[in-house]
Amino acid sequence: MTTQPPRTRTLRIGAGASYAGDRVEPATELAARGQLDYLVFETLAERTIALAQMERRKNPEAGYNELLADRFLSALPHCKKNGTRIITNMGAANPSGAAARTAEIIRELQLGPMKVAAVLGDDVLQYCLDNADRLKLMETAKPVSSLEGQIVSANAYLGADVIVEALREGADIVLTGRGGDCSLFLAPMIHEFGWREDDWNILGKGQTGADMVECGANVSGGFFADPGYKEVPELWNLGYPLLEVEADGTIVVSKLEGTGGLINRATCAEQMIYEIHDPANYITPDVVVDFTQVELEEVGANRVRITGGRGKRRPEQLKVSVGVLEGWIGEAEITYAGLGCLERARLAEKVVRERLRIGGVNLQELRIDYLGINALHGEAALPLKEPPYEVCLRFAGRAREKRDAVKLGNEVETLVGKGPASSSIPRKHVREVLAIYSCLIPREAITPQIMMTEVA
Amino acid sequence: MKAFYLRELAHARAGDKGDTNNIGVIAYEPHYYPIILKQITPERVKEHFRGIVKGRITRYELPKVDAINLVMEGALGGGVTRSLSLDPHGKSYSALILTIPVEVSEDIAAELMLKGRQPL
Repeated sequence: MTTQPPRTRTLRIGAGASYAGDRVEPATELAARGQLDYLVFETLAERTIALAQMERRKNPEAGYNELLADRFLSALPHCKKNGTRIITNMGAANPSGAAARTAEIIRELQLGPMKVAAVLGDDVLQYCLDNADRLKLMETAKPVSSLEGQIVSANAYLGADVIVEALREGADIVLTGRGGDCSLFLAPMIHEFGWREDDWNILGKGQTGADMVECGANVSGGFFADPGYKEVPELWNLGYPLLEVEADGTIVVSKLEGTGGLINRATCAEQMIYEIHDPANYITPDVVVDFTQVELEEVGANRVRITGGRGKRRPEQLKVSVGVLEGWIGEAEITYAGLGCLERARLAEKVVRERLRIGGVNLQELRIDYLGINALHGEAALPLKEPPYEVCLRFAGRAREKRDAVKLGNEVETLVGKGPASSSIPRKHVREVLAIYSCLIPREAITPQIMMTEVA
Repeated sequence: MKAFYLRELAHARAGDKGDTNNIGVIAYEPHYYPIILKQITPERVKEHFRGIVKGRITRYELPKVDAINLVMEGALGGGVTRSLSLDPHGKSYSALILTIPVEVSEDIAAELMLKGRQPL
């Protein structure tokens, strides 16, 4: 274990990914030119870990991020050269498998000695099954045992504390499974500045900065552009963001010069409010954050200073995501064009509805959309002034049994030749429904562990 | 008074958690914020999102950044992972909210029209 005096210099933390399939090269750019102390890859959405658990069941060595090797092969040499440590939840459902692969990569690239930590303990499937009558689902207020489908995963959102522990033990790379997304960024701040784990205000400041970059390029111009209203330079070349953190919790969010994208008050405000509910009580495993007094100040080109974040005592319980197999969804679409296309599409809808009835196809829910008219917003969509020249008719149905989801696609497919005139060739698709529910469990139910691998 | 789409006064981003969608609505200028506070009420939003939002809408205020946060329950077809929608996360709802018409004073209307924005 290494002990060190608290840092006084600015801490630089880069955000290298914000979902499982995110681009690889922006992180490499950050690693090469960002003078980073830490590079974070956040790659787990709510459902990603449940999908990864299913992967691991098929192959015990799988279940971690599929791009792990790509990301590390290109970023690790820079990180080693620049003394940048890596923190990531790319471990997904298999942090120890991810650590083994990472060790191989370090050997391949001859980057040793390095220490790789796998954080274990977020998998609470057995605990949830054992307590299924007692644990209440947040969505339905009914117990976990009320779920009808097969429960395939249950993962708790761990906090920053176990990552801090891994850093104290000298890890150069920390691979976790499920955890709070922001905790990946907060951990190095706590570790470097020696922030107390019950100094809620300083943790709230740190977490405000973490929230700003945990969705990666969402703060640096991604998902922002609206021509004529919100212009973003070189949207195809977005620079991923980095945090410049001071010991007092003042944070500047910025990006590398020479990259595209945009960081200003508007991009930061959009990201701060993204996916939060009560802004005075944003719950994370480490601290309850209050964003209501946050001020955003442009202090340079693509540089925004964040101040005024606050915090309150962390929650007593931890959130768990429960993955459940709930049947199948069949989807199919067909496009009509030309004069009268909407009328032909409506007739096609009637044909499919009747065929489903005649065939006794058992769907729990059927949705029919007219793309180009109201597919995304239904009756709330602004009305069209003229009939469309073309319209895509889309069917989606959820079924308990796979065969019913398949039949929906088949009935749409046979519209060519047997339905109305003049359409495109239909496309169809069937997928399994992996639904996610949430519950809360006591902290004591979890024992996070660190498995350290030293690569010579 | 003149009416404009909310799009002329504010920008927005929407996100998901389970079956709940939230939309941050941020005024382009601080003096547009009171208009948003007065007119973009939960009742108005619920009416505008007819057929989409089944549950309660709660509005939170973030005056330091001229923003409101609308939290809409029962808005994602039963939840992101089970929904049959093409947009199960409701990320496009940020565009829908900007189609709400808002009334503005003649002064602000003149200011918007100078920027090339057209009234309804």
